[in-house]
Amino acid sequence: MVVTVRPIPMSLEILTYGFIQRALISGIIIAVICSIIGLFLVLKRHSLFGDAMSHVAFGGIAIGLYANVYPLWTAFIVSVLAGLGMTKLREVAKIPSDSAVAVLLSSGLAIGIVLISLSGGFNLDLFSFLFGSILLVSLQDLIMISAVSGLVLLTMSLIYKKLTYITFDEEQAAVGGLNVRNINYLFIVIASVTVIASIRLVGVLLISSLIVLPNITALAMGKGFKKTALISCGISIGSVIAGIIVSYFANIAPSGAVVLTETMIFLIALSGRSILNRNRQTKVVNL
Amino acid sequence: MPPEIVSVENLSFGYGSSLSIENISFNVSEGDFLGIVGPNGAGKTTLFRCILGVLGNYAGSIRLFGQDIKSNKGLLKRVGYIPQKRTIEQEFPVTVQEAVSFGLIGLRNSSNTVLSAITDVGLDELKNKRIGNLSGGQLQRVLIAKALVSNPDLLILDEPTISIDKESEKKFYSILTELNEDRKKTIILSSHDLDAIKKLSNKIACVNKRLFFHGNVHEFFDNEKLMMSAYLEASMQTHMHSHFDAENGSDSKADPNVA
Repeated sequence: MVVTVRPIPMSLEILTYGFIQRALISGIIIAVICSIIGLFLVLKRHSLFGDAMSHVAFGGIAIGLYANVYPLWTAFIVSVLAGLGMTKLREVAKIPSDSAVAVLLSSGLAIGIVLISLSGGFNLDLFSFLFGSILLVSLQDLIMISAVSGLVLLTMSLIYKKLTYITFDEEQAAVGGLNVRNINYLFIVIASVTVIASIRLVGVLLISSLIVLPNITALAMGKGFKKTALISCGISIGSVIAGIIVSYFANIAPSGAVVLTETMIFLIALSGRSILNRNRQTKVVNL
Repeated sequence: MPPEIVSVENLSFGYGSSLSIENISFNVSEGDFLGIVGPNGAGKTTLFRCILGVLGNYAGSIRLFGQDIKSNKGLLKRVGYIPQKRTIEQEFPVTVQEAVSFGLIGLRNSSNTVLSAITDVGLDELKNKRIGNLSGGQLQRVLIAKALVSNPDLLILDEPTISIDKESEKKFYSILTELNEDRKKTIILSSHDLDAIKKLSNKIACVNKRLFFHGNVHEFFDNEKLMMSAYLEASMQTHMHSHFDAENGSDSKADPNVA
């Protein structure tokens, strides 16, 4: 196997390329919404929600490709319905969260596989949804991602405090007069929209990493809620920028590079924390 | 006569086919400190969850500040609630200040109000500390500050001293006394600590699915017969003997077989 590595230019010439600009802008936008939504999902112990939604979205994409409709629209509709269905399933049938995720994940994938086999197998479009294709983001895609993300951020800014309280303690939030049920449903819709908007960046298979990794890294730093959210956004944005640039020069898949950068930061943060803890313990013993 | 803050009439609620609380009626007037006692599983938390509107499909009626809670959920904004500590996720990434500010969601938010509530419970120096790094007693004080930050007229506390040390418990009770006596807050406290209930409360309700006694706290504790007849359940009798032994300085353990 031959690995081609592009020469690293001394200037910032790479930033003058239109496709890199679009990739960076859309990547940063997606990084922000994924880390904000992801923080709530992780704290609600729904870390695999992104995975489930993306697999359901895969089924939705297959429906779109099969029916010759813009696949992200069908993915959007199917994901929102599935997200609400999963929440209802947990409420009514008292099915544990991880089991409900497993049901959605496998059934979404199954729908996709069946429809793909009916339409004659995998094609390039489907691969780009599976593994992400951020360097192929068009101006139209960028506009769509910006509009959807703007809507997500606007809604989150309206329910941010209430959702934080509900995530902290649902019962107390209800006692405080919050409409817990409606806010939870709204959040599921927003989370589903976020997953769909992010599929272009890292693809169906890696999307949950964008939701989970920056947040568990930020949580490991032991800060308050606002600082944790800011750290998570910073890690996410940094990883996307680094991942895209590295992928360009190393000629590797950008989605993989982004996720590997996040994984590396996570491992560094964990090691840093355990070294700090060890130092603190040593100081206590010396006292 | 002071106005009624809570009025519970013929309240029954069950999970599935069996009733957790049955035909309970009592009133709490403004400025009262009502202690609720009863064994584990007696329905104290269920009673609170009904009063707080978390459980809605009960039989009977509950009025807060003279109005039915089913017709006006906004009444709950006048109630501060402190749940049992174990319902709180201590690893949640919030600082003391952020946790206390939750008590103002849906109301006019002011950082000064939050800081003053933190000062009231003596946690100024810890305001930027994450709640996961606090002791059990400090966490309870955070919950008091959160419950008080909206300046509620009624405080409901559900076994708030579980798993906190004696020192913190003492501090916690002194805050409650100050709130009731100086700030005239109406308080409902459920606890297994009968000595604390005796010292803090002016009224007592003894619950074990049904209401066995409701009235003046001294009348209850001064009359041993009344006290014992209120506790028909064997588990509660054991509980009472432990209390008497402790009060009489007896070294012997309560015999659960003695009625």
